[in-house]
Amino acid sequence: MKIAIASGKGGTGKTFVSTNLFKTFESLGHSTLLVDCDVECPNSLLFFDLKKVSDTKVTEYRPIIDADKCVYCGLCYEYCEYKAIFYVPELKHIKVLDNLCHGCKACSIACKHGAIEDSSTEIGDVSFFSDSNSHIFVEGRLKEGKIASIPIIKSAIKEASLLSYEYLLMDSSPGTSCPFIQTAVRSDYIVLVAEPTPFGLSDLKQSVETLNSINKDYGVIINRSGLGDIKVYDYLKDNEIPIIAEIPFSKEIARYYSEGKLAVSHIEEVKILFEEISNKIMKNGNSIS
Amino acid sequence: MKVAITSRSNSMDSFLDPRFGRCAYFAIHDTETKETEFVKNPSKDVNEGAGPSAVKFIASYKVEKAVAGEFGFKIKSLMNQVNIQMIVIQEEKTIKEIVDMLNK
Repeated sequence: MKIAIASGKGGTGKTFVSTNLFKTFESLGHSTLLVDCDVECPNSLLFFDLKKVSDTKVTEYRPIIDADKCVYCGLCYEYCEYKAIFYVPELKHIKVLDNLCHGCKACSIACKHGAIEDSSTEIGDVSFFSDSNSHIFVEGRLKEGKIASIPIIKSAIKEASLLSYEYLLMDSSPGTSCPFIQTAVRSDYIVLVAEPTPFGLSDLKQSVETLNSINKDYGVIINRSGLGDIKVYDYLKDNEIPIIAEIPFSKEIARYYSEGKLAVSHIEEVKILFEEISNKIMKNGNSIS
Repeated sequence: MKVAITSRSNSMDSFLDPRFGRCAYFAIHDTETKETEFVKNPSKDVNEGAGPSAVKFIASYKVEKAVAGEFGFKIKSLMNQVNIQMIVIQEEKTIKEIVDMLNK
């Protein structure tokens, strides 16, 4: 079963929930794989003592324009949705802008003069890590300066899916755009982490609308409860969205997190809370599959 | 020599638009004929790549200089490729005042 941990708003606690949930699933005797799909800023693995065991490069298509063969017809420029071809026919100047190119290959299809040669560029990697118990962790990482996170997310989930496990936990990118959607569509159940603030509510609504539009089953964990106001609770009640659990706002939890430690390993109440959360999520998963 | 000046509107009394890629208009001034033509910036509302497509646009007028309040980092190398010199003016000035400065 694949479970994504996501949130519309950044900094609500996706990584906190993912890492502590992983530890709890394992301690309850379920083989679990943690995959960091937040490829623009992967940090789940900071909470574990790991060694890298393998590394697969992820590449993306890039066109190379042969200026000698180019007739400056401008068709590739018109086909490019991302304005990634810098084309000045008056000066007979044409160039691919690497930082705008999404690698869609439309320019190559457009060119009728054989002036576009196929090539590829490295955009990031998918790495496998191991702890002292030979437990495998997976991380997708976008190369600095690159923009296309989707091929890396897809590749990380695909590579992880080749391993055997009972539960696969995916720490998603924040927001409700492509990186979140591409992680969510590959999961059986989504845990939305929300904070009870006006900003948190606004982004939670967007997450809910997105998940409803792709017909996914989900529940909400309210993190840092006790902060903010009750509007998130009203919204969830009015829309009949299940609350999986509430994690109280606590300086002790925040302190362990800031030290790169798992709260479930140090605070008994948090350990019990995450066991309840795990059982609820597993029960939900079983009703799906 | 032709110069492209970013403009908030389409008259000589308009103020310089601080943004280059997403400015409202370009005032294309010819220092020889002293004529100024105002053209709408077609890249004002594009999703991505406003800077590079604005460079393409002004390059098609064969300008040698561009005046704006600021230039984004993506376009500096492109300006060099098409030999357009960038001039940054950060004070509030009208197109007329800038044209007068260019013709001094």
